[in-house]
Amino acid sequence: MLGAIVKRLGQMLFVMVGISVLVFLIFFATPGADPASRIAGRNASPETLAAVRKDFGFDRPLPVQYALMMERLFITQDLTSFVNRGWKVVPAVIDVAPVTLSLVVGGAVLWVIGGVIIGLVAAATRGSVLDRTLMMLGLIGVSMPVYWLGEVMNLITQSRFHDSWFFAWVPPLGYKPLTSDPVGWFLTLVIPWITLATLYMGLYGRVLRANLVEAGQEDYIRTARAKGLSETRILVRHALRTSLITIVTLFGLDFGALVGGAALLTEVVFGLQGIGKLTYDALRSLDLPVIMATVMYASFFVVVANAAVDLVYVVLDPRIRTA
Amino acid sequence: MTDQTASAVDLVAEEASSPLPAARGPWVTALRKLRSDRAAMAALLLFVVIVGLCMLAPLYATYVAKTDPFRSNLTGKIMVDGKRVPVMESSTEGLGLGFTPMGPTWDFRAYFLGADGQGRDVAARLLYGGRNSLWIAGVSTVICLGMAALVGLVAGFFGGAIDWVLSRLLDVLWAFPVYLLAISLSIVLISHGIDIGPISINSGSLSLPIFIIGIIYVPYVARPIRGQVLALKESEFVLAAIGLGVPSHRILFRDILPNVMATLIVFVPLMMAINMLTESALSFLSIGVQPPDASWGTIIQDGQEQLYTRPMVALAPGIAIVITVLALNILGDGVRDALDPRSKLRIRSA
Repeated sequence: MLGAIVKRLGQMLFVMVGISVLVFLIFFATPGADPASRIAGRNASPETLAAVRKDFGFDRPLPVQYALMMERLFITQDLTSFVNRGWKVVPAVIDVAPVTLSLVVGGAVLWVIGGVIIGLVAAATRGSVLDRTLMMLGLIGVSMPVYWLGEVMNLITQSRFHDSWFFAWVPPLGYKPLTSDPVGWFLTLVIPWITLATLYMGLYGRVLRANLVEAGQEDYIRTARAKGLSETRILVRHALRTSLITIVTLFGLDFGALVGGAALLTEVVFGLQGIGKLTYDALRSLDLPVIMATVMYASFFVVVANAAVDLVYVVLDPRIRTA
Repeated sequence: MTDQTASAVDLVAEEASSPLPAARGPWVTALRKLRSDRAAMAALLLFVVIVGLCMLAPLYATYVAKTDPFRSNLTGKIMVDGKRVPVMESSTEGLGLGFTPMGPTWDFRAYFLGADGQGRDVAARLLYGGRNSLWIAGVSTVICLGMAALVGLVAGFFGGAIDWVLSRLLDVLWAFPVYLLAISLSIVLISHGIDIGPISINSGSLSLPIFIIGIIYVPYVARPIRGQVLALKESEFVLAAIGLGVPSHRILFRDILPNVMATLIVFVPLMMAINMLTESALSFLSIGVQPPDASWGTIIQDGQEQLYTRPMVALAPGIAIVITVLALNILGDGVRDALDPRSKLRIRSA
């Protein structure tokens, strides 16, 4: 057991190192991509370029640059931005994390509840008009670009129907901290939550329905039926439990990626200064220290979410427990 | 050897899906199943219509709308209901200094969907943009599936060190949030272009988004392919081929590839849908298709400024994306139902 945990931790570490090397190479070793020229400006003289190179340490070998950056990011934690000199990246990431966390956690609650309800109702009424309607709506949700849906939401709630009683409560775009203004926090996030959840709700509902229908053909469901259990009980207590394994896998990966910054399109459209927006701005200005910090942060969540998924498997599936 | 294998596969599919004694191959069976799926056929038809309309973009712009959708037209006037109307109206909001592009005329002959912030015909741009969106989605799908098949086959079949290296590489890419990877690659490549030896691609080229979108989803397809190859490697017909001394490349291409082909085909419409959404997102962030070229994503971005005054600029391309991606997803469901390797396995074991 201990061996398995050590192996797993080793894998996680390997993936994180791999990602940091990959990002480093994308921004430093891509032919033609010269960070010094970006920092020095478009028409910098060769002397300025050389000075910038020396100043930022770009004249040193790549492995040394990589090691120094990792040391300053994780050990001394005093890595500063290339663009705004003196701006420490570790506190910058910690500052914006609550925004993304608020957005993603709220959205996740909505999409898991919605997705499970859609999946259960559709599977229970399999073949009916309700089933087909739900699946079609789910597919439309999956087919919508999230940023476009966000814009449509803004158009409706901020402009066209903002004066009607239905959307008059929607505050202007932006983020209000939970601690100082809990009501404002909730109200500003309702529309972003719905937007973010729409895609995943459709996806989870469809996947769950497919799994429930598939589980319906298994021997243990036949046994449950033979025992005389009610259809509802079979669906919820027997079929749902094994079907949840797929949902948990999906959820782990999606949640990890979103907390890590994959929600950036939603953040951009709704003017939320979260991790995704920070990463995107850093990428635009090729601010490598910030990119490095945000990407390491993102990969940390993805890797941890993967490990958590493996743990939940053991709880949900007795077969894995004994193996 | 391979003929025997193929007929064995036929036999299984035959027993499983059809009570008729007539011999039909699994592909024919699948095709018939797909053709009887009305939703999938309607989706296919819709998709073909969309592709056709976008192909006709130059004809529409030249002969019907008579505009150049790539040149700004801030001072132009057009005839609407017998009156000459400026394309850019003086703004009635704020200080009255700016201009508001004209709204939809709902008349195919001019500015059907109105004008964008530079006075260009949105309807004509929509068709041109669709050409790029569809082209990028299609080509990147081919690249993605080709590379994924190669990686999955090689890793699964040869195992050992090759498999270890490829699998770890896939692990790393897998844990890298897709959009962040796409954006990282796009920003570096689009700001500099590629200049490696004989290969030189300038930064505005469509090849860049195609290449980027083509590689970021490779792990998602390569992993299931590798798993399938691992299972196939243990199957009797492959063991027999190895025992007979058939060379590896022949086993790979004649025995294993045809068996993972179904999975690859199932991925085609689904990947195309995903690629289309990814392209539009990158273009929306202005790191996908570069001006003066248009795609549905860039038009949505163009329309962001006038979202509250002239929402049609941003709405129309979004609706086009939703309809196209929806059609691809419905078609994908149909193809999966027709070809799903899992359902075959299930019937066989029963």
